[in-house]
Amino acid sequence: MTVTRNETVDTATTFNASAATPALAAARLVLARDLRLAFRRPGEMLQPLVFFAIVTTLFPLAITPELSQLRVVAPGVVWVSALLSSLLALEFLYREDAHDGTLEQYALSGQSLTWLLFAKTASHWLLTGLPLAVMAPIAALALGVPVASVTGIVGSVAVGSIALSLIGAIGASLTLGVRRSGVLLSILTLPLAIPVLIFGASATSRAIAGEDYSAPLYLVGAIAVLGITLAPLAAAAAVRISLE
Amino acid sequence: MAWTWFHRLGSPPYIYSLAARLTPWFAWPAALLTVAGLYGGLVLAPPDYQQGDGYRIIYVHVPSAWMSLMVYTTMAVSAAVGLIWRIKVAHAVAASCAAIGASFTFAALATGSLWGAPMWGTYWEWDPRLVSELILLFLFLGYMGLRSAIDDVQRADRVSAVLAIVGVINVPIIHFSVEWWNSLHQTSSVFKRAGPAMPPSMLIPLLTMFLAFTLMFVALLLTRLRAEVLSRERSAAWVRDVVSA
Amino acid sequence: MSVSEFFAMGGYARYVWPSYALVLGAIVLNIVWARRALKRARLEALRRVAMKDAT
Repeated sequence: MTVTRNETVDTATTFNASAATPALAAARLVLARDLRLAFRRPGEMLQPLVFFAIVTTLFPLAITPELSQLRVVAPGVVWVSALLSSLLALEFLYREDAHDGTLEQYALSGQSLTWLLFAKTASHWLLTGLPLAVMAPIAALALGVPVASVTGIVGSVAVGSIALSLIGAIGASLTLGVRRSGVLLSILTLPLAIPVLIFGASATSRAIAGEDYSAPLYLVGAIAVLGITLAPLAAAAAVRISLE
Repeated sequence: MAWTWFHRLGSPPYIYSLAARLTPWFAWPAALLTVAGLYGGLVLAPPDYQQGDGYRIIYVHVPSAWMSLMVYTTMAVSAAVGLIWRIKVAHAVAASCAAIGASFTFAALATGSLWGAPMWGTYWEWDPRLVSELILLFLFLGYMGLRSAIDDVQRADRVSAVLAIVGVINVPIIHFSVEWWNSLHQTSSVFKRAGPAMPPSMLIPLLTMFLAFTLMFVALLLTRLRAEVLSRERSAAWVRDVVSA
Repeated sequence: MSVSEFFAMGGYARYVWPSYALVLGAIVLNIVWARRALKRARLEALRRVAMKDAT
């Protein structure tokens, strides 16, 4: 069975800008396409999640196996691992489409590139952020956190990973035209992601301690909302420039 | 009439000769003011009743930090101008800012660290202002890295402009961080609504250094801008005339 | 204030003087870099002019 990435053939007729295809419908098509393609390659899709599991395992091996001490660093470990895994996933989400000309098709289709990139970011979150939010409490439990904190961990990582996906979208669009840009992508994205990391880890650590974690959670949520409105715009601008 | 002046600024040969003529007018006053500020800060200003002579680091630390913010803002604004109105010279200005900004951000962090060691008891603290200033350094370095990674100058200009603009949100964060959070770093003593909280004998050398550094930035920027413009326009006819002269 | 007192900076000498050295170093470095960049750009432009004249 040949795995093809060429979905644009079937969607081309409905995709191009017309009164019958408003931006939202086109965005939905892009989202569906990305998800469908990802599920055709389950191995690739699972790689960032496996990476997350491995990296979180490294910390207790490198620091200490004492659960009482691991509990203290658990929020940080979970968040840093989630951040790095999220970065890895950006590679296969944007690079492929840039290489095989799909992004160019998006830009030329006359549809709002902002909406289409928003859809791609949403697919990145659904494929990476959301699974990470589910895996995070498992990793945290392995690091000695109390069971009662699971909902707080899922919530904080879920919201924070939305912001991470959006910031990552900007970084990925900026480095589209760069060969072997993995490291540069990280260098550009990580500083911008630091506020999310700080507040997200703060929310997670408060949840673990059983305290009220609403304040940092709202801040992360605010960054996410700001990102939803601005990040696709910036990413679209960067993509258009890179494709010129 | 105003618009012709603005359009002239967008012309590379005009900017080149203007920059050449203006540079000494910024460089020499900057040098004099720096000497005056250093003398005022190291010799004339009285010791602080709490920090003794250790507070004198303020006369290099705060101007450096001010430089880092001013340079980044200049870079972001000129990048935006270049992106929106497609003015090549504006992109050249942005490119000229990066190395200057990065070095003074590093200087601000390092001098702050040396000041913090005796006063706070630690060389580094993970507090909002220090972290956001560190992020500023990363942004400068990322900007320079992104530029050098893209071969086509026009594309490098425009992509890095997007990065510069996205990162500008960090500048108000740095400035207001000491007010928004419980920061170890002291709150604004100069840029206060009620007026500065320092006695004139300490304040005047500081303001002198602010002015000196600002003028110095312009002088450095103009020199780098000339180099940028020359290398971007090297095939143009006017370059031949200018360089062969 | 005597010269030795000045250099001692009330005991803070090992923080104050490296700070000043650092910033003055950054200033000097920037001046050198900027001038070198300009010189390099001029040389490059001259070389191109010479190359064009030769052809």
